[in-house]
Amino acid sequence: MSSLAPHVATRPGIVRYKASQRANHWLTAIAFVLLALSGLGFFHPAFFPLTYLLGSPQWARILHPWIGVFMFVSFTILAVGMWARNLWATNDTQWIRQIGDVVMNRDDRMPPIGKYNPGQKMLFFALIGTMAVLMLTGIVIWRSLFGVYFPVPVHRVAVLLHAFCGFVLIASIFIHIYSAIWVKGSIGAMVRGSVSRAWARHHHPLWYREVTGEPVQHEPPV
Amino acid sequence: MSNQDILARSATTTPSPQARNHAIPVAKLIDVSKCIGCKACQTACSEWNDLDFTLGHNTGVYDNPHDLEANAWTVMRYFETEGEDGHLDWTIRKDGCMHCQDPGCLKACPSPGAIIKYANGIVDFNSDNCIGCGYCVTGCPFNVPRISKTDHKAYKCTLCSDRVSVGLEPACVKTCPTGAIMFGTKEAMIDQADERIIDLNERGYRNAGLYNPAGVGGTHVMYVLKDAKDPGNVHLPVDPSISPLVSLWKGVTKPLATFVLGAIALGGFLHYITVGPKDEPVDDDDMDPREEDPDKLHHPHRERHESDVRADARADIREVRRNP
Repeated sequence: MSSLAPHVATRPGIVRYKASQRANHWLTAIAFVLLALSGLGFFHPAFFPLTYLLGSPQWARILHPWIGVFMFVSFTILAVGMWARNLWATNDTQWIRQIGDVVMNRDDRMPPIGKYNPGQKMLFFALIGTMAVLMLTGIVIWRSLFGVYFPVPVHRVAVLLHAFCGFVLIASIFIHIYSAIWVKGSIGAMVRGSVSRAWARHHHPLWYREVTGEPVQHEPPV
Repeated sequence: MSNQDILARSATTTPSPQARNHAIPVAKLIDVSKCIGCKACQTACSEWNDLDFTLGHNTGVYDNPHDLEANAWTVMRYFETEGEDGHLDWTIRKDGCMHCQDPGCLKACPSPGAIIKYANGIVDFNSDNCIGCGYCVTGCPFNVPRISKTDHKAYKCTLCSDRVSVGLEPACVKTCPTGAIMFGTKEAMIDQADERIIDLNERGYRNAGLYNPAGVGGTHVMYVLKDAKDPGNVHLPVDPSISPLVSLWKGVTKPLATFVLGAIALGGFLHYITVGPKDEPVDDDDMDPREEDPDKLHHPHRERHESDVRADARADIREVRRNP
């Protein structure tokens, strides 16, 4: 039996996310869930009872911005580490053109792509953009600490932008979560740290070739 | 506490009790032309509502405190302007909540029932339900609500809703020595203002008029202004209304965003049920590079796959069976 390095992955296979990235991802995810629940509570009366999940509506108001700062910091660390891998690369544009094949699971027609597919890359930049705006507008509308330093018209722009970016972020994460459920083997990558050789070769052939040094069989023409 | 006198509640999407919607609207009329700036109304407000505002600093004007505070619900504001004939016009305006017919604070508030509008038109804050977010400040076209630095609740003039509910006039009205502050039905106050404006017009204040801005559906606190053509002179918004940004934020955005989020969740579920997941691909032997190139077995990057582990485990079990 080969020995495993627990700080890298907790099972055999090709390492996709090392332990620090997995911890960082899930801390960010927990913060996101708390923020989305309380944020939706402030956004629409139908969701107001969700604010009780943080203790009480008042506690939700108190905790939401602090959890927001936590998520911003943890996500920033995550994003810095993943930045280079998320830049637009070979075959990405072609992959997007064939998004219909992706959705209909006709994976054999897809061009080979790297560690992240263009959908993941777009999510990555959507998260960066929305979280930056959420952080900036969140400071403006953080009433107990900074609210008084900004005039009311600035608050009006900030609350609207905050709500809009919160909506885009939640919608993006819905897609992110569904994709993880849809593409079997993905959740294991973020929980255990590794993927099977077949998974890597099938979903991210260029990354597979890079990691293993092995040619990708039956690589479709670009 | 159930109260059928409440016609509108913040963050409530179903109708409030409408049994009392025939209640006669009330209004406070502040005649700035009669105000002598004695601050008796400020004192009466503090006294009745048991408020003690913090002692501030002299900022060069008579305003004290300098601005509305969580525990100063009305403030006399002193303005030096040039009158129509060029002489100094010293105008004092009693500032506070305008009790809008269409309250921006109530529209912005996210907490059900934290802001309520009574059948008689009074807009009141229910501190028990207030979460301290400050959205009422963002929604108010008059910059009136203040958040307390100690309990983080929003406060403003209640129009002495407690006194009015038992047939008394607000404390400021009761105490005003010149009769500059009046209280009654809104209709009666408009009639009163009309008479007074005619009087002022005759005395040379040709631009005198009533401040009851239509942009917020009218207000339950109205002013007789010496110069109603330019309310900005006494720091009143010329044509106040709920900001379009607030209307957008609290209007179509809420149901639309909720619908889209629901549609995405439902769409994902239906996709999984109809198209289905991308199953975990399995290594098939002819795809295994070891078959083609035995050297790859010792490739430094080569890592064991689960199927290898399972094969080893099966071999171990066979071994154990042979040699128990």
